[in-house]
Amino acid sequence: MKRTRADRAGKRAFAGWIGKRVLGGILTVLLASVLIYGALRLVPGDPVLAMTGGRRLTPDQIEALRHRHGLDRGFVQGYLAWIGDALRLDFGMSTNYQTSVTSLITNRLGVSGPLILYSAVLAVVSGLAVALVSAVKGGLVNRAAGMAAAVTTATPTFVSAIGLLALFSVGLGWFPATGAGTGLADRLWHLTLPAVAMAIVAFGVLARVGNAAFAEELRREHVEVARSRGVGAAAVIRRHVVRNALAPMLTIVGLLFASLFVGTAVVETAFGLDGVGSLLVSSVSRRDFPVVQGIALIAVLLFVVVNTLVDLAMPFIDPRVALGGAGR
Amino acid sequence: MTLTIPALRARSARRGRRRPLIVPFAAGFLLLVAVAGLLAPVLAPHSPDATSLLDSLLPPGTEGHWLGTDSTGRDVLSRVMYGARLSLLAPLGVVLLSGVLGIALGLLAARAGGWADAVVSRGMDIVFAFPSLLLAMLVVAVSGPGLTAPICALAVSYTPFVGRVVRSVAIQEGARPYMESYRVMGFGELWVTLRHLLPNVMPVLIAQSTLAFGYALVDLAALSYLGLGVRPPDADWGSMISQARSAILQGEPWSGLLPGLAVLLTVVSVNVLGEHLGGSIGRKQSEGA
Repeated sequence: MKRTRADRAGKRAFAGWIGKRVLGGILTVLLASVLIYGALRLVPGDPVLAMTGGRRLTPDQIEALRHRHGLDRGFVQGYLAWIGDALRLDFGMSTNYQTSVTSLITNRLGVSGPLILYSAVLAVVSGLAVALVSAVKGGLVNRAAGMAAAVTTATPTFVSAIGLLALFSVGLGWFPATGAGTGLADRLWHLTLPAVAMAIVAFGVLARVGNAAFAEELRREHVEVARSRGVGAAAVIRRHVVRNALAPMLTIVGLLFASLFVGTAVVETAFGLDGVGSLLVSSVSRRDFPVVQGIALIAVLLFVVVNTLVDLAMPFIDPRVALGGAGR
Repeated sequence: MTLTIPALRARSARRGRRRPLIVPFAAGFLLLVAVAGLLAPVLAPHSPDATSLLDSLLPPGTEGHWLGTDSTGRDVLSRVMYGARLSLLAPLGVVLLSGVLGIALGLLAARAGGWADAVVSRGMDIVFAFPSLLLAMLVVAVSGPGLTAPICALAVSYTPFVGRVVRSVAIQEGARPYMESYRVMGFGELWVTLRHLLPNVMPVLIAQSTLAFGYALVDLAALSYLGLGVRPPDADWGSMISQARSAILQGEPWSGLLPGLAVLLTVVSVNVLGEHLGGSIGRKQSEGA
């Protein structure tokens, strides 16, 4: 009787904790969207003139543009109209391409999507492998891995991009320097260097954090106890070290995954890929606001959704989190 | 790409026990870069803008152009030295601004508590959800290319990075007996906070700002690389790399790789220094406790 009551209270607290996380995420996205919409309003002078870049337009066209961006209405009304459309995945028309922003972005996701996934897989697999091996072996291996991680975390993506470009595509001719290729195998081949360039920073971060997390678990008493019980070395690492270290790692993987989305801006520019990132860069320099706003909103949404999902997944990976989290 | 990783600081705190040999090297390298940038007009062998089509794309090691020349025949060494000025000054501006904002907001949240703390903390969470490079690009879309707007945007972006740490240290320090005793002596809240609490927050602030400097340097160089930052004729390392694109594709990558190496080594040094500073603070605190 007593236990069920406590159980129910615990569950209610847990549900409340989930609700708080989700609400916090929604609030964050909403406030960020106000900022993203407000950016257009902050343009010094006439936003429409800035967008059209001095092209000559008839007063009718200017009026139409102004109406389409809600500039003929107050801030609140304009924002509500914009966010209402955005919720229906309608970000308006690109002023540069004269097509809908949504179709522009979805067309280019065919390059950016695989690129982000490819690079995330590379970073997670190599980062965790190096972290685990260096934490278990220790000594010289550990120091070498630490050094490699320190250098790779500090390597800006554009530096690794031009380094890889100079070495592997111009110097050795192993990979193409530009273009995204057609067909699955060709695309993977074309995307390899860009994916590696983006993965380098993420690899370093994962190798360092993973190493710290694994090393911490290895020093714990329960690992010592498991060893003394005669549990095999591989089983100790799998069940007692990796499993416990997984929770903090997942947070970092979530953050990295979301940051890869913005990272495509640099890499796609360096390798001449027609993806969402290079679209963002060209739209910023041409002041194509509907496109910039659409991509910015998607990026923030992605960041918040991934982080919230990671937070919510935490109790299932590590039940101790739920106890601590719900108690607060 | 900026991440705050507590595990990293915890780790460097343990490792910092014996001062790693690399720390003086890192500090020395940064000093070298700063002096090279500061004294570029005196030290640089050539004008950074002097073009000479006859001398274009000379390889490093050429007499008179020790690091070679770029595709318009400008001396790479001189350009890297001049480029150091904007490449270091702009992130310094970011760090100073975000430091001031971070101190103000962090101290306010810690000392006022209640709803002020809730609003500030929530606001910092929201800013944190906005990738720094994205925010910088958004303001460039508003203001047009140039460095002033991105510097301000990045300062806002890095404020949580500083402010969160200031807040947590200020809360810890604020609970110590000496703070209460000053208050009992009748000093005002603002005076106690600025005169006695702030100095104790400073070491953490400096360590965190050092790391932020590295991140800001990368972000600003990336912006310039994308053609959204520095406007010609000004140049920083990022814009030099982007100008080297055609030379790289022709198989003459030096004019791009050398400024790239300058960015890389500077950021590695800044990180080493920042983590060492953060580590020695962690050590002091654990000794004091």
